[in-house]
Amino acid sequence: MKEFKGRVIAPGTVTAEALVSHGGLNTLASFQKALQFGDKEATCGDQNNPDLFGKKMKGKALCLPQTIGSTTGGMVLYCACSMKRQPACLLFSKPIDSLAAAGAVLADVWLDDVSMPVVDNLGEEFLAYVKDGMTITVKDDGVVCVD
Amino acid sequence: MAMILTPEQQAILNGEKGETMAKVMQTMVKYGEVFGAEKLVPVTSKYNHLVTSFGLKALGPVYELMNQLIEAGALSQQQFSADPRPVDKGVPSNFIMDIVFNKFMYSKQDFYEGQLKKLGLMDENAFTCACYLDQVGNKPEKGEVLSWAESSAVVYANSVLGARCNRNSGIVDIMGSVVGYVPYFGLLTDEGRKASWIVRIETTKKPEAQLLGSAIGMKVMEDVPYVIGLDKWIGNELTDSACTYLKDFGAATASNGAVGLYHIDGLTPEAKESGKALIKEGAQEYVITDEELQRVYDSYPVMWKNQSAKPKLCFMGCPHMSLQQLKDWTDKVEAGLKAAGNKKVVIPTVFTAPPAVLKEFEKTDYAARLKACGVVTSYICPLMYMNNPLAGKMPVITSSNKLRTYTTARYYTDDEILVQITKGGN
Repeated sequence: MKEFKGRVIAPGTVTAEALVSHGGLNTLASFQKALQFGDKEATCGDQNNPDLFGKKMKGKALCLPQTIGSTTGGMVLYCACSMKRQPACLLFSKPIDSLAAAGAVLADVWLDDVSMPVVDNLGEEFLAYVKDGMTITVKDDGVVCVD
Repeated sequence: MAMILTPEQQAILNGEKGETMAKVMQTMVKYGEVFGAEKLVPVTSKYNHLVTSFGLKALGPVYELMNQLIEAGALSQQQFSADPRPVDKGVPSNFIMDIVFNKFMYSKQDFYEGQLKKLGLMDENAFTCACYLDQVGNKPEKGEVLSWAESSAVVYANSVLGARCNRNSGIVDIMGSVVGYVPYFGLLTDEGRKASWIVRIETTKKPEAQLLGSAIGMKVMEDVPYVIGLDKWIGNELTDSACTYLKDFGAATASNGAVGLYHIDGLTPEAKESGKALIKEGAQEYVITDEELQRVYDSYPVMWKNQSAKPKLCFMGCPHMSLQQLKDWTDKVEAGLKAAGNKKVVIPTVFTAPPAVLKEFEKTDYAARLKACGVVTSYICPLMYMNNPLAGKMPVITSSNKLRTYTTARYYTDDEILVQITKGGN
């Protein structure tokens, strides 16, 4: 087991299976099909992301460098949360970008019954170490345990 | 560090203007705190611009949120324009696509446009990504603070107009306008507007705007580039032609990377004012040569199932075309057809532009000439048209690097597009 310490953007604790994207997560491209066509598992629809394409994102500990793509990204993430199709948590190796931050804040402020802990600044080593299927535990203080 | 609010801002946060307005303020405060903002500053532009223009059924929670704002009277303090509409009957589509567009994907379009009117839409035709064009009239002044989100408009407003705006997300854009404040960080600050990249243009000919923007975007990602040597090709004045170039260049930097501001040495307002003092110490360097642009061009994946398929549609105008662009392309298409011995374009072709620009274009004799060439003009958002499984399977060509990035459309340079649509070829 290895521990990484990041900065808490949205608080919470959770244990979930890791899903890793080494490239940026294009939020609109990844979630649109799932939101549009009633896919409750939120299967990633971004064919430009070989790490995630076709994989179920709902309930996973999504490990990524940052989000990219359309500036609708934050509201798409908000929609995924509102429709209960969001990842269990978002774990960023880099400082969070403005689109993902907006999504995390919107979900935190406007949705009462949704928990999606978000931690950023976990470092390059985190993304190099974590692999799909590993067990991730996120603690309140921004410590992320990878097992 | 916690943000320091003025008494008025604190009162709103405490609920003096109601619970919904307090949540809007809380959103802006929390958003700012993530980026270390120490204060909120007033939004000072005359108009806002919203990135969300489409009544996409999948975005139900957005419309619920908008309803909360409307019901609480938490309306936009500014009127606003919005991105282009996602459907236009004039654009070629088949029967199944029409059903998918109107009955399924964008079934909330009329409902959402009704919400936008209640929230503060400028007018019923204020739908374009290029809201800063003169005919549209949403053109911020230098130094004004904006709460925009559309990436191509943000980068244009920051770079060419010298306004100040972060790359916000949809919803955050309207919330800034509702509460009247945005957090002070990033591209709003002098320090955040300094360049951490020097880009030297050493090409032997004028670089293709959308290809150059793509190369720089992919290299610098969200950083600010200071571009040296481009004024040699596009001049030292912000003429109509230079602005059009920068519109297309900027959209590519913003979509192929995440650029929110660039400086062009000797041309853009802050570069003219401060010159190389805008470059941070230790800035990295990127040299653009003919070979580098070719390398970038060759790196684009072709997302078509059949890579040698004959194109079925050509989209030009992402971001929307300017009036001068429509006129220039009319001349080019006419000349291309004449040279090829054809009367009409050989691939169905759509030029997209703001409704207000199309209205002006219709007053000129160019409109009839372009129509005679078989080219369709439309206010549609090509990206929204392409953003579904049916259109995604079509072999569509474009010279927009934004459209290439977000959809399965295949990129060609302007000259190559001209040959394709006037003469044909794969």
